[in-house]
Amino acid sequence: MADLATDAVVDPANWTCPAPLRDQPVVVMGHGGGGALSAELIEQVFAPAYGNPTLAALTDSAVLDLAGTRLAFSTDSYVVRPLFFPGGSLGDLAVNGTVNDLAMSGARPAFLSTAFVLEEGVEISVVGRVAQAIGAAARAAGVTVATGDTKVVEAGHGDGVYVTTAGVGLVPDGVDIRPQRARPGDAVLVSGPIGLHGVAVMSVREGLEFGVEIASDTAPLAGLVAAMLAVTPDLHVLRDPTRGGLGASLNEIARASGTGVRLDERAVPVPDEVRSACGFLGLDPLYVANEGRLVAFVPAEHAEAVLAAMRSHPQGTGAARIGTCVADHPGMVVAATGLGGTRVVDLPLGEQLPRIC
Amino acid sequence: MKYIDEFNDPELARRLLDEIRATATRPWALMEVCGGQTHSIIRHGIDQLLPDEVELIHGPGCPVCVTPLDVIDKALEIAARPEVIFCSFGDMLRVPGTDRDLFRVKGEGGDVRVVYSPLDALDLARRNPDREVVFFAIGFETTAPANAMAVHQARRLGVGNFSLLVSHVRVPPAIEAIMTAPDCRVQGFLAAGHVCSVMGTAEYPDLADRHRVPIVVTGFEPLDILEGIRRAVRQLERGEHLVENAYPRAVREQGNPAALRMLQEVFEVTDRNWRGIGRIPASGWRLSDAYRPYDAEHRFDVTGIRTEEPAVCRAGEVLQGLIKPTECEAFGTACTPRTPLGATMVSSEGACAAYYLYRRMTDGPARQGSRIPQTEVNPVG
Repeated sequence: MADLATDAVVDPANWTCPAPLRDQPVVVMGHGGGGALSAELIEQVFAPAYGNPTLAALTDSAVLDLAGTRLAFSTDSYVVRPLFFPGGSLGDLAVNGTVNDLAMSGARPAFLSTAFVLEEGVEISVVGRVAQAIGAAARAAGVTVATGDTKVVEAGHGDGVYVTTAGVGLVPDGVDIRPQRARPGDAVLVSGPIGLHGVAVMSVREGLEFGVEIASDTAPLAGLVAAMLAVTPDLHVLRDPTRGGLGASLNEIARASGTGVRLDERAVPVPDEVRSACGFLGLDPLYVANEGRLVAFVPAEHAEAVLAAMRSHPQGTGAARIGTCVADHPGMVVAATGLGGTRVVDLPLGEQLPRIC
Repeated sequence: MKYIDEFNDPELARRLLDEIRATATRPWALMEVCGGQTHSIIRHGIDQLLPDEVELIHGPGCPVCVTPLDVIDKALEIAARPEVIFCSFGDMLRVPGTDRDLFRVKGEGGDVRVVYSPLDALDLARRNPDREVVFFAIGFETTAPANAMAVHQARRLGVGNFSLLVSHVRVPPAIEAIMTAPDCRVQGFLAAGHVCSVMGTAEYPDLADRHRVPIVVTGFEPLDILEGIRRAVRQLERGEHLVENAYPRAVREQGNPAALRMLQEVFEVTDRNWRGIGRIPASGWRLSDAYRPYDAEHRFDVTGIRTEEPAVCRAGEVLQGLIKPTECEAFGTACTPRTPLGATMVSSEGACAAYYLYRRMTDGPARQGSRIPQTEVNPVG
């Protein structure tokens, strides 16, 4: 199942709790944070209601067998504020997010739909800028926007512009990429520096200045995935660590496959500006959102070749091996700290909150 | 911006650890005062790397954890009022009060907002003249000057709809209280660098002398903490009890004179209750008489608060360094970040949260340290 809600960055102007009390009877922002609460909502509300084997895989895109053709299918809603930020916009996210969800099953994305929910009073020029961004991002990703829809809600009932995209793509023969396929011994690779998108959005949303402009990493990843598949079709798992960050994605894979992940903390590429901003705010870069990165579980014998292919692709120049899939501590992610200690990297509850001092 | 990596250098860390190992000839118990230090220690696994002779005891320096329950309940009551915009730092909002937290108040319609600075709250007050804006002013000497500045500005600008709910605490009286408790095992302190960057170190020599304990001011990066431990152990082995500054890049003996002036202009020293610990004389700040109109407790009638701590929660003993979080029966079972019984499990600086987040392992738990004798919860001071 694809993402259900918001881009996860703390919003002081409209704060919501990341760790509600368990008997909380209403939806809170943490339910859209990509962490434990999101998983709980899917597992306890949506999956039982829809109940079918396809959905039960709980992957970013469903792989469907349609008259002998394997089709990847995904949908996602985008409600980011502000609509435009360094390195990207709502339109870029709406295309790249769905393209990447398709790519994470190894598919070649082909067609998208876009559905706009507009709030009464929003300037047409703003809608136009979002549409232009969608068109440009679709061309860059090599997908066609084939259908769409528009609704308007009364002023005060929305947040300017919401966009939902759905997409389909073809999965090549012999490709079977799912979180359940992680195996002990797999190399864990990441395609580049983490945390840039989350920090970029936060910097403009809160008016925080970090000395250098931090741009979102939003980008389509289908080309990178194709380059990796050219080395071997036997990629076990791909995941784009969006809401909840790398920490949440690794936990989801560990849980789905019943394996453990041993993370080498020093090998995780964290840009200095992200590290500094997170240090300042009391956030952990492992849980900050990305929009143009993937994490891959690759059989050890292919790891070096796949890594080399990633590094020679424009979207993977900063690729790194960050850990190993292990049989120990099944379902858990454990990091070796830079100093030689160890720590658990847990599934975040919801969103991170800035600390007091 | 390379400074963070420099203070994480594994080779330098190994050298410091070797030196600590070579220096420590018998068991020593050191307390890191600040919750930020605790998290750094647990997150980086520093306690796992230390020789058995050196035990770290986690101190009471988590501002969220020590804010008394009655103040939290007052915050909840004020925040629920329709005329109020209630502002706070992020990690205060999920701390459980007697029967709810600020998050619940928001869910029930209260206007509760996270701000990064008290000046943001003041700005909200200026932009919403028909509302009452209340800022939850908690924390140690680190956050107090900025909060003092906000209320000072409010008076200067004639902003009448702004007030502070104050629960500021001071570190030196807490050290005094810990050292005078009958079951105290602490032999040396790692003092919190950010507190000293404001207050300087003038209050510490007398404490070190009277209790014959080394006090080493440290920062929060792994090498800062290891260097602090190295110096404290060296002093203990030599029989010394000096105040040392191992954080000179941020701390000067005289502190920050401008911040100190602001504190003294707006606040005055008062006795304070510490959650889980008890009343400590002269351990807090309150608004001085001139600023009393900006005191939310004065402005809103919040008397008649009745509080009740969960009986099973042993956060008070954790805060006093009497037990490790994992020794609490509720740890990781009845009490988790999802179902917190005490503030130490929800605060980003809480010791219980640190152990839960970083040490809840199945493949080799952390060295638990020597068992600390159990005692009754003993309000210090």
